[in-house]
This record gives sequence, structure tokens and C-alpha cells, in this order.
Amino acid sequence: MRLSLPARLGVRTVALAYLAVLVALPVGMVLQRALAPGLATFWASVTTPAAIAAFNLTLTLLAIVVPLNVILGTVTALVLVRGGSFRGKALLQAFLDLPFAVSPVVIGVALIALWGAGGWFGGLADAGVRVIFATPGMALATAFVTLPFVVREVEPVLREVGDEQEQAAATLGATGWQTFWRITLPSIRWGLTYGTLLTVARGLGEYGAVLLVSSNLPGVSQTLTLLVHARYHDVANTYGAYTAATVLMGLSLATLVATALLNRTRRHP
Amino acid sequence: MLALGVVLLWVGVVVALPLAALAALSVADGPLGFVRAVTAPGSLAALGTTLLLSVAVALVNAVLGTVIAWVLVRDSFPGKRFADALIDIPFALPTIVASIVLLALYGPESPAGIHLNNTRAGVLVALAFVTLPFVVRSVQPVLAELELDAEEAAASLGASNWTTLRLIVWPAIRPAVISGTGLAFARAIGEFGSVALIGGNLPGVTQVTSQYIAQRIEVGDPTGAAAVSVTLLVIAFSVLATLRLLARGQRRAVA
Amino acid sequence: MITVTGATKRFGDFLALDDVSLEIPAGSLTALLGPSGSGKSTLLRAMAGLENLDGGSVVIDGVDVTHVPPRRRGIGFVFQHYAAFKHMTVRDNVAFGLTIRKRPRAAIRARVDELLELVGLAGLAERYPDELSGGQRQRMALARALAVEPSVLLLDEPFGALDATVRAELRAWLRRLHDEVHVTTVLVTHDQAEALEVADRVAVIHQGRVQQVDEPLAVYDRPANAFVMGFMGSVARVGDSLVRPHRIALRRPGGAAGVTTPPHGDGVVTVPATVERVARLGSETLVELVDEAGQRFVARLPRDEAEALGLARGDSVEASAPRDPATADFIDYSI
Repeated sequence: MRLSLPARLGVRTVALAYLAVLVALPVGMVLQRALAPGLATFWASVTTPAAIAAFNLTLTLLAIVVPLNVILGTVTALVLVRGGSFRGKALLQAFLDLPFAVSPVVIGVALIALWGAGGWFGGLADAGVRVIFATPGMALATAFVTLPFVVREVEPVLREVGDEQEQAAATLGATGWQTFWRITLPSIRWGLTYGTLLTVARGLGEYGAVLLVSSNLPGVSQTLTLLVHARYHDVANTYGAYTAATVLMGLSLATLVATALLNRTRRHP
Repeated sequence: MLALGVVLLWVGVVVALPLAALAALSVADGPLGFVRAVTAPGSLAALGTTLLLSVAVALVNAVLGTVIAWVLVRDSFPGKRFADALIDIPFALPTIVASIVLLALYGPESPAGIHLNNTRAGVLVALAFVTLPFVVRSVQPVLAELELDAEEAAASLGASNWTTLRLIVWPAIRPAVISGTGLAFARAIGEFGSVALIGGNLPGVTQVTSQYIAQRIEVGDPTGAAAVSVTLLVIAFSVLATLRLLARGQRRAVA
Repeated sequence: MITVTGATKRFGDFLALDDVSLEIPAGSLTALLGPSGSGKSTLLRAMAGLENLDGGSVVIDGVDVTHVPPRRRGIGFVFQHYAAFKHMTVRDNVAFGLTIRKRPRAAIRARVDELLELVGLAGLAERYPDELSGGQRQRMALARALAVEPSVLLLDEPFGALDATVRAELRAWLRRLHDEVHVTTVLVTHDQAEALEVADRVAVIHQGRVQQVDEPLAVYDRPANAFVMGFMGSVARVGDSLVRPHRIALRRPGGAAGVTTPPHGDGVVTVPATVERVARLGSETLVELVDEAGQRFVARLPRDEAEALGLARGDSVEASAPRDPATADFIDYSI
């Protein structure tokens, strides 16, 4: 279809105007507001004790969830691709896709239903092990939303590489471990890295689920996302909300850039 | 195998068990309690708002998303790569940041004097933001794969642009548009973080179901929250299942 | 030496190996020859331990390895699609078996250099497999398998993925390598010309069963059944006898013969036939014939012979061939 020049310009304008109004301008606005008073002010705003505590909590949650996902995600991919067929395989696949379809608030309610005071594992709370309104609950929420990423990135790579190299390693005398470390792992390294980056991005951005299972106390149980909300909503520290949001934006966009670079290297190794 | 056991344990504890507990909690007051919770005026109002706005946003993004995909694939202009990168931002940003970002331009401190906070329009804008990538990224690859010869053949046979669009291009991209729109809808009905600040959470006006559920937890009605949650899940799953069936049906039709 | 006894293997309902017993003499180069789906690859992989047998046993050099995993059988395996370790250099690929056995670095380096020299890849040690041609990759795979000094070398259609010229070169090269290195070698192939050219012994496999085991030429000249006969070379039915096309002699009835005198007397079958088509293939000529009963067969004549006869479509000839009682009465099931 060849559009006439006016038609083409018209369509282009509509598309770009929509993108500008919806994405570019608002993002630009936040950056401008956050950085306008100067870098010193910005820095002070993002290094308050509450902000630093929030940053640390976010990192702690990532430090728990990312290694778990890397290890268990890889094992899951191996089981799905190399494990042959087994009963419940389709069900497992379905559960792996679920986190994409569930609202974050629903995740929070589900966690409360399981680990909360009246829940199935509520007995733990009585025994003094606090899950809800404590870090373990927030870690579980983060684990829920980041579950699929490593598995779904490693799985197709494993499938494509095939297991002939692993068979060859076996005939050459390698044990299962040696084969895994020297042959399997290197062959999936791009998929694994990509999945890890996606896990990090999703993990640090989680809000709804974490909000419900957190006691939301500044300096204690607020992640960076909860801090942004609290600053705007609870204490009307709009500037503080902008600066914290900018930090989060920076981290997310850094991850985005890393994945883009990774994609380019994958295509031209 | 040990590995399988570990995997099942992990997926079970993190995903399956919480959802099972949710389902159980939702009927803790019996099936009647479930129905009562879901049909409470607040719940119905929130569901109505949610569905109305989600359908609206899905349709808006279906059209504009397709237009954007078209421009990104078929057009060329300086800065196209930048525009393409913009599409990924809603995917990458934390939802609460999206809320702040939109508030900066459309909230009480809007430099352009546009105040969409506490309005349905504001919620719409937030939902449009987070669901933008779904249709675009779904249609883009299909459009890119589309060979131009079919369209050129149609033109040589005398078809106008509109006819070509209707009879050649649209049937080819329709599955991608439908699937992208469905995913956008499923995401929109569960959206929380991005509407949290701009919407204002006004019951009956801008309160969406996710906010209603959060409120139920706050007032100490976890059973009610669970019931409405299950309802939301069922809607989302139905949409996604329908999509999958549609996709399979269309594949068979083509084959 | 490898001894397989009563090997049985099923994939679902499909019986890949049906009570197979076979002995591979030490130091020999034995070909497992058969069509796709015959079970030859399964048998090879069972020797390697890459497939587990449902029944039967595998003994390598006196040790029962039936339940021993591949890494402890002392075998070397070469795959049809090379199975190169893509993320490692050629050197690291070849060194792999030694590296994981924790041999000293200097010793590994020396052995790798030696092997690369042996397989003709001397200057390519620092390249990556995707920078090599298919033939080079396969030679690397061979060097890699030989590095750990296996007692047995198993090759699964090693030249199947290569084009014809490279295949021919590597075939000859493999034979020379074997003459130098003398490792007990088993080669799976579906190409009977390859088996005839390279192997000391051929085991013909069909439908999961060993049809015949002997020296290559013996399998060709004295096939055990119709399948082996048809697989080892083309066949023609003259009258009621199954013969090799190049052993058919033609002459004009009552008239002059070709360059050679056709066989006659007992032990010879002769039928009158009509020429349907003459195809000149350069050094050979194919003559498609049909006899009075409507049965079609093809004779292969050397070029000079065909030219001396001056055959054309429609000509009447007498076709005769020696009748080997051992093979002539096979029922030919081939299409």
C-alpha cells in the first residue's frame, strides 16, 4: 500500500503525537522536576535515611529472589526440556505462565490467604515466624511476579541447542556435573543473562503485591516503590516522590539498555 | 527425579498454594457469602468502572497501537529508533513510577493546566500507558513479515488503499491485533500501581476493582477481598483462554 | 573387541533391535550397513551406552559394560552433526577429555598438537568450530574422540552431513588413519559404496536384525538373502533368475555378439528381449530391456561393448547371464 504524502504524514503525526503525549512528555516532565532544583538537592532527597533504607530493602529482596530464580529457573528449564514427559507437565507449564495474568493485588491477597493470621500456614505467625508484614512475605510476593522470566528465557535456548554436545561430553568421560558446568551452562548463558535482567527489572518495580504484605513503615518495611507512593500520598512530599521515581526510572532504564545491548550481541556474536 | 521434586515444591509454594488458599478463602463464608461479596454495591461499582475503562483502553490501543506499529514498520523518519525505544518504557517502568510520571503532566501541578487527577480520564490515561506495548509489539513482527507483493498485486488489479487495507492487510494482522488487545485488556483489569495515585480511588467513579480489593483488606474483610479477587482472576483467565482458542481456530482455518 | 549378545531395544511400540548378536574383532574397521530405520544407529549407540538396552549385553574387551554409563566405557564417539562444543576453540574441544581428567597442562598441550597434526588441522587450534568447514569440524571431532585413547571408536554416519567430494576425501582419509592408529572402529553408514571402500568387515542390518556379517566383497558376491543382494548393489531379473546387471551380456539373435563372448551352456540363463531405452552414462551404458513376458530389467554394459552392438530402441536381442544357484532364486522384494 502506498499512502499519499499527506496521508503518510498524517498517520505519522498521529502516532508520534500519541507517543509524545503518553510517554515522552510525562517522563521528561518528571526528570525536569526532579533535576531542576540542582543535583545537590536531588542527592539530598534520595539519600535520606528512609530512602536509603528503602533502597537497601529493595536490594535485599532482589538478593533473595534473583539467585533463587537463576538456580531454580534453570533447573525448571532443564526439567521441562530434558526431562522427557511426566504427569503434570502441562499443569506445571500453566502455572509458570500464571504470574503474567494475575493482578498484583490479587497476589497480595493470595499470600495473606496462605501465610496470614487465619491462613493455611497461619500457624507460623503464632509460632513467631512472621511472613506477612515482614520481609519473607515481601520476598514471596517478589518471587511470585518474577517466577517466569528465567525459565521462559532459558527454555527455548536449551531446546535449540539440543543435547548432542552433552552426549559427546559424556562419551569423553565427563560426569553429570562436569557436563553441566562446562557444556550446558555456557550454552545457555545469553538466555540466562537476559532472564536475570528481566527478573531484576520486574522485581525492583513490584508495587501492588508488596504493598499488601508489607507493614509499610518508613525506614523499616518500605521498598523504593512503596517509598514513592508514601512520599506522594502520605506526606505530600511531591518533590521527594519525583526524585525517588527518578532513581527507580534510572535503574529500570539501565536494565532496559542492558537487555537491548545484550540482544544486539546475541545477533552478532 | 530430585530436580523435578524441587521444582514442583518451589512452584507449588510460590504460586500454586497461595492461589489455592485464595480460592478456599473466597468461599470461607460459603457460596452465598461469595456471591454477596461480589455483588456488594462497592464491588459492582468497581467492576463496572474497571470493565468499562479496560474495554475502552483496549480498543483505543487496538487502533492507535496498530497505527504506531504501521508507522514503525512502514515509515521512515529521523528519530524512528528513538520512537521505537519509547514503546518499551511502559514495560520497563515500575507501575507506581508510571503513576507519578503521568501525574507530573496531567496532575494538580500540570504545566499545561490539564488536571486529570481524580477523573476517569486520568485512569484511562494510566491504563493506556501501561498497555501501550501489548498491541504494538504484537502487530509489529507480523507487519514486518508481511510481504509487499500481495499488496502490490492488489494495487495492480485496481484496488484502492482502503480496499487493500480491508482485504489484504487487515486479515493478515487481525490475529495479532486481537491477541495484543486481549493481553492489554487482561492487564488493564488487574492494573493497580499506575492508577493508584492519579485515579484518586473515588468509589463509584474512579475506583477500580484492584483498589476495591485492597480496601477490603484494609477494613479487615479478607474473605470479601478473596471473593472479588477470584472473580477478577476468572475474567482474566477467560479472556486469555478465549484468545488461545481463537488463535488455534484461526490457525486451523488457514491450514 | 566388542561382543553384543541378544540386544533388544524398543521405542514405544517400535522394535529397533531384535535379539541382535554381533562380534567386532579387535583392531578391525567394521561397518554397520543398512537403510534408515534399520537399527544400525541404535546398535552403535547401545555399544556406546547412549541408549539403554531392554535386553541383552555388551562386552568391551572382556568387561561387561551393559549397565556402565558412556563416560566409563572407554569409547570414543563421533556424531553425524559433529556435536562440536561451540563456545570452545578447536584446541579446547580436542583437549576436553584430557582437561576433565585433570592431566597436566603441558601434557595436554603436547597431545592436542600431536592430534591436530594427525588430522591435518595443525594451524587451526585457536579457531572456533563455526569458523571451520564441515569436513574440518568432523576431523576435529575425531581428534577429540581419539585424545583420550579409547579402546573403541564409534562413528555414527560421520560423513552424512558433508557434500559428495568432501565425503569421498574423508572416507579415504579415515581408512588411512585407521591403518595408522589401529583402534577397533565401528562405522555406521547407509552407503554401501562407503562400506565396500573403507571397511574390513560389513554387518548388514535390516529391521533390527543382522542379515549378514562378512568381508565386504563376500557380502556383495555371496549375499545371504534378497535384501542384502538388493542393498549391496542393483539387481536385474532375467527370466526367473536374479543377477547383477553388469553380468548380463547382450547379442543380436543369430548375429554378431559384442566384444566379449556371452556365456552359454548350463548355469546360464538366456531370454529374448526388446530394447526399450539406451542411456549412455559416459563410461557405462544402461540398456533397459523388456522380455516376452513383459518383465523389465536393466543391463549395464561397458561403453565399447554397447557401441560395438549399436543398439537402438526396438531392437531385438538375446540377454544372457550366469546363474549363481546361491542367489538366483532369491525373491526380490525391492520395487
